[in-house]
Amino acid sequence: MPPAIDITNLTVAYNDQPVLWEVDLTVPQGTLMAIVGPNGAGKTTLIKAALGLVRAASGQTLIHGQPYADQRSLVGYVPQRGSVDWDFPTSVLDVVMMGRYASLGWFRRPGRRERDLAMAALDQVRMADFAQRQISQLSGGQQQRVFLARALVQAASVYIMDEPFQGVDAVTERAIIAILRDLRAAGKTVVVVHHDLQTVTEYFDWVGLINVRRIAAGPVAQVFTEANLRATYGGRIAFLSPGAGDRPVEPIATAGD
Amino acid sequence: MSMQLEIQIIAALVAATCALPGVFLVLRRMAMISDAISHTILFGIVVGFIIVRDLASPWLLVGATLTGVLTVWLVELLTRSQRVKEDTAIGLVFPLLFSLAVIMLSGLAGGNMHLDEHSVLLGELVFAPFDRLTFFGLDLPRAIWINSGILLLNLLFIGLFYKELKLSTFDPQLAAALGFSPVLLHYALMTLVSLTAVGAFDAVGVILVVALIVGPPAAAYLLTDRLSLMLILSVGIGIISAITGYWLARLLNTTIAGAMATMVGVVFSLVFVFAPRYGLIRRLR
Repeated sequence: MPPAIDITNLTVAYNDQPVLWEVDLTVPQGTLMAIVGPNGAGKTTLIKAALGLVRAASGQTLIHGQPYADQRSLVGYVPQRGSVDWDFPTSVLDVVMMGRYASLGWFRRPGRRERDLAMAALDQVRMADFAQRQISQLSGGQQQRVFLARALVQAASVYIMDEPFQGVDAVTERAIIAILRDLRAAGKTVVVVHHDLQTVTEYFDWVGLINVRRIAAGPVAQVFTEANLRATYGGRIAFLSPGAGDRPVEPIATAGD
Repeated sequence: MSMQLEIQIIAALVAATCALPGVFLVLRRMAMISDAISHTILFGIVVGFIIVRDLASPWLLVGATLTGVLTVWLVELLTRSQRVKEDTAIGLVFPLLFSLAVIMLSGLAGGNMHLDEHSVLLGELVFAPFDRLTFFGLDLPRAIWINSGILLLNLLFIGLFYKELKLSTFDPQLAAALGFSPVLLHYALMTLVSLTAVGAFDAVGVILVVALIVGPPAAAYLLTDRLSLMLILSVGIGIISAITGYWLARLLNTTIAGAMATMVGVVFSLVFVFAPRYGLIRRLR
């Protein structure tokens, strides 16, 4: 069984300044994986480069063993909520239906089938009552649920999400993590750019530590150690109890978040 | 058909043609690129004229449209260098191409060129009915033929690529991830904006082109929450501004293009104050 995502030798530079340097990352199928690292470590760039949204100096991405360009319909992408203009004149239902555009292809318009699928996805994120709302009327948590519904409606097998917990309320965070666990239970692979180190062990079973280079990646129990975190964050991290250096730890805070 | 009616039809056609791509420019926060394009197309027209020596040649249309696209490309090239911001890049590219065109134009003065700085800025709508073309046995002003053609093209493009334009305007990253090339759509849209500006420019001048591309969509944006309705309302508001502007010009015995651009401002102000949901009065209450 090929890995869900296989990134090799990915290097990205802006103005000759490396943002990512020779990153290799393998994500097995059926895992729920966090990508963590300090601000400016290249986490967002990593997923954007993997999806071909920013130009990479080198590297390739395989999705289920095939190049991403041939596997687009298998990948559900959830960009950062702040990356779009929420004053755009459209409804919640319309935004969710955009998740079906890839399978519709060029020219074909969404119809009843797309509408039904979008409603089902909205129901899944408990936003069905908001279907006809103008998107500017949503709270941050509701916007995030709409984005999640838009990815769900794609019926992808790999989901890549950029900070889905950013600025959402606790209820939404629990609702989202429940849906991500359902996806994993259904055999899907979910990769999440994540900021809150305290929830890594609770939410995820795999973790990738990134700071321009890949510091470590693997099961949380093996990789999420004090030594690796110090290597990733440098001095900008504090721990509740000093670990032995090779056991999973509970960091309490990072500077710069 | 009377000349009065013909002038109004040309004005309404130009308004509708400009409003359609204008909606996407406003939503993409690129309204000012229309200002740049509508000026720099003069460069293409003048260069085209110097090459083919014929003001009626369709090559002038092609050259002008290409100059519009060239403008967009140069602005992006400068912006991508990360040494200049986009608005600065627009302010660098368009005066350069425009003034080159004006210099060449004054070099040609005395020839058979009916172009001059005044008609460039405000157009000569009054004279449009004298320049006629006969197609399918129909004898109509050239401006009606040209602008109906461009309107049809705009309708066709937006009709065919409505879903793709909507997605790439709202969320270009997802559009790219799903394999709908936002760059291709962007340049297709910019080509249409250029073509629209070229067709409209000849009839109504630069200032009205910008007013008609930006004003009606900006007003429609305050009136609806749906993209499809915004397109329809923009066309409606553009046509209303054009027709009322024509009658205002008759009443005050002044320039038609100037009066129409003024009416765009008046209609926008009315909407800005009285719009049922997003108007000033509603906000204050």
